[in-house]
Amino acid sequence: MTESLQEARVAPSNDIESLIGREYEQGFITDIESETLPPGIDEGVVARVSEIKGEPDFMREWRLEAYRRWREMKAPDWAKLSIAPIDYQAISYYSAPKSKEDAPKSLDEVDPKLLETYEKLGIPLEERAVLAGVAVDAVFDSVSVATTFKERLASEGIIFCSFSEAVRNHPDLIREYLGSVVPRSDNFFAALNSAVFTDGSFVYVPRGVRCPMELSTYFRINAANTGQFERTLVIADEGSYVSYLEGCTAPMRDENQLHAAVVELVALEGATIKYATVQNWYPGDENGVGGIYNFVTKRGDCRGARSKISWTQVETGSAITWKYPSCVLRGDDSVGEFYSVAVTHHHQQADTGTKMIHLGRNTRSNIVSKGISAGRSRNAYRGLVQVGRDAASARNYTQCDSLLMGDRCAAHTFPYMEVKNPSARVEHEATTSKIGEDQLFYCMSRGLSAEDAVSMIVSGFCKEVFNELPMEFAVEARNLLNVSLEGAIG
Amino acid sequence: MPSPLLEISDLHVAVDGDAILKGVSLSVQPGEVHAVMGPNGSGKSSLCHVLAGGNGYDVTRGSVAYRGEDLLALEPDERAKQGIFLAFQYPVEIPGVNNAYFLKAAVNAVRRARGDEELDAIDFMQLMREKVKLVDMDEGLLRRPLNEGFSGGEKKRNEILQMMLLEPRLAILDETDSGLDIDALRIVADGVNALRSPDRAIVVVTHHERFLEYVVPDHVHVLFEGRIARSGGRTLARELEERGYGHLRAEAAA
Repeated sequence: MTESLQEARVAPSNDIESLIGREYEQGFITDIESETLPPGIDEGVVARVSEIKGEPDFMREWRLEAYRRWREMKAPDWAKLSIAPIDYQAISYYSAPKSKEDAPKSLDEVDPKLLETYEKLGIPLEERAVLAGVAVDAVFDSVSVATTFKERLASEGIIFCSFSEAVRNHPDLIREYLGSVVPRSDNFFAALNSAVFTDGSFVYVPRGVRCPMELSTYFRINAANTGQFERTLVIADEGSYVSYLEGCTAPMRDENQLHAAVVELVALEGATIKYATVQNWYPGDENGVGGIYNFVTKRGDCRGARSKISWTQVETGSAITWKYPSCVLRGDDSVGEFYSVAVTHHHQQADTGTKMIHLGRNTRSNIVSKGISAGRSRNAYRGLVQVGRDAASARNYTQCDSLLMGDRCAAHTFPYMEVKNPSARVEHEATTSKIGEDQLFYCMSRGLSAEDAVSMIVSGFCKEVFNELPMEFAVEARNLLNVSLEGAIG
Repeated sequence: MPSPLLEISDLHVAVDGDAILKGVSLSVQPGEVHAVMGPNGSGKSSLCHVLAGGNGYDVTRGSVAYRGEDLLALEPDERAKQGIFLAFQYPVEIPGVNNAYFLKAAVNAVRRARGDEELDAIDFMQLMREKVKLVDMDEGLLRRPLNEGFSGGEKKRNEILQMMLLEPRLAILDETDSGLDIDALRIVADGVNALRSPDRAIVVVTHHERFLEYVVPDHVHVLFEGRIARSGGRTLARELEERGYGHLRAEAAA
C-alpha cells in the first residue's frame, strides 16, 4: 500500500529534465539539387570560388592572401569547448542551387520547395514580408535567391543586397570597408572565411538617412557537409540609422556542419546600428550527435564620434557556439551595447560573450548577458572590457546572469578587464540561480502547466534582452526558447 | 449528510525521512470553514503543501480524497484547475514576470479547464481592477514583477487577489494573517468572507485567535506533533488563546 501511494504522489522534481526534451522542430531537409565543389581547400579552390562568383581581380587576390595567412594559423583552443579535430580538407567550400544560371527574377520563379521551406520556418516572405514591413534578403546555400523591397530602399539611397552583388556593383565601398573591422588575419576562422566566403549581405545607409524598415536576413544551411561562410558588411554613414535582423535555422543532419561567418559593422559619426540575431541551428540530438559548429566573428566599429552600435542575440542552437560580438569604441562619446540570451541543452556547448574596446573619450558600454543551461550542456560567458590610455571617463556596466536547469549542466563566467585610464569606471555584476522548484510549484499551483511555468520563468529571466528586440522578433524569440527548453525541468 | 469536499484519512507524511504528519484525518463539507491551529513545527504548513501538491513530501500512509477522487494522484496544476487554491505563507518571487500577465495566464488556465471562455485583455483588466479595490491593493503592483520587492503585506494581498480571481472551490490559507497589521487583517478577512458560499470550503491555518474573530470558523482543529490533538467549535480557539498549547503537551505526555 505504501508503495502504490508513493508512486501516485506527484514529484515535479523528477520532471524538470523531461520537460526540455523535444525533437528539433526545424528538422527537415529541402530536396534541391546542388552544384557543389569537391571537398578540400587549396589556392586553386579559393581562386575557383572567386571565379564562380565572377569577382574582380582585387577580390581574388584578397581571398588568396587570406588563405595564405590561414594556412599559417592554428585553431584556437582557449575557449571552454570540447571539439573533435575538424578536417578542413573534408569540407566542400562551395554549394549553390542548380537554378543559379538562370537566377529567378521574382518570387514566382523561385523553387516552390524552397518557398515551402521558408513557409515551414515561419519566415516572412511574399505578402508576409510586406505585412510585417520587413525586407528580406534570403540566403540559401550560399547564393541569394530572393531579394525584396530593394526599390523602396533604393529611393532613400540605401543599398541592401547580397554580398556578391555588392562586389560587382559597389566595388569601391567593398574595397574601402571589407576587412577594415575584422582583418583577414584576425583569427583562424575569420581568415578561413575571408578566403572562401561565398555570399552574405551588404548594407550601406547614406548620410543622414534613417532606414525606414527593419532589414532582415535569414540564413539556412542545407547541403550536407558544405561549410557555410557568410560575410556581412553594414555601413552606416554619418548621422544615419539602421536596424538589422538576422535569423537562422537549419534542417536535421547527422554530419557536423561548420559555420564560420564574419560580420563587420561600421558606424560613422552620429550613426546608429542595431544588429539582432536569433540563432536556432541544429544543436545535435539528445546524445550530442550531429549539430552545427558555429564559429562566428562579429565586430562593430564605432568609428565616428557619438556613434552607437547595439548587438542583441538570442542563441538557442548549434552543437558548439564560439561567438563574441564586439564593439570598438573609437569615436568620442560613442556607445556599445550587448544584450544576449544563450540557451544550451543536452550536450550543447557555448562560449560566448562580448568585447568592448574603449578607445575614445566618454565612451560607454553596457553588457547584459543571460545564460540558460539545461541537460548536460556547458554555457560560458566570456567578456572583455578594455579601456585604453586615452579613453578618459569611459564607463562600462556588465550584468551577467546564469540560470541552471537540473544539476548536470554548468555555467561559467569569465570577465576580463583591462583598464589603462584612471578615470574609467567599470562595473561587473554576476548572479547564478537555479530555476527554483518553489517557483515552479507556485506557478503550477495557480493552474499553469509545467511547460508554461518554465516558459514564463525563463521569459522573465530574459526580459531585459527581449525588450531590445523588435516586437515580432521578440515573439519569435520567446517561442524559440520554449521549444528549446521543453523537457528541461526535472 | 452530503459527501465531503475533502476527506483526509490517516495521512502520514515524511520529509527527507522524518515523519511530519503522523495520521491526520479531517473531513471538510462544502460551505464549511475549518481553522487549523497549533504550535510552530506541528506540521500545519506541510499539510497545506501536501494538499496543493508541493514537492518533497512523501506520503507514506493514508489517503486524501477531493470530491471523491484521489487528490494525491494529481499534478499541482491539475489540482488548481479542479478548484484547489493555496495562499502561500511565503509567496514566491518571480523576476521579470509581470504580475498582471501572470494573473491573466492563471485565470485563463483555470477557466479553460472549467470550460469557460478565456478572458481577453480588456475583460480581464476590468475584472482585476474590481478585485484590486476589494483588497485595497496599489494598482501599481500589477505592473511590477510578480512579488518581487513586494512588502510582506503586499504579498499577502496579492495572494488574496489571486484567490478572488481564481474563485476556488477549496481555499487553503497558510498563515495568511501573519505579519499583517490590523487594517490589512480586516481586508484579508473581508476577502475570505466574500468567498464563503454553500458550495465552497475554506481551510484557514493560523496562529492567532484574532483572525478567527473576523473569519468565523465552523470547526477548529489543533494540530500537535503531526496529529490532530483536539477538534471543536469556535470556542476551542478562545480556549487555546487563553491557555496556550502547554496543556496539550502535558496531555500528550500523559
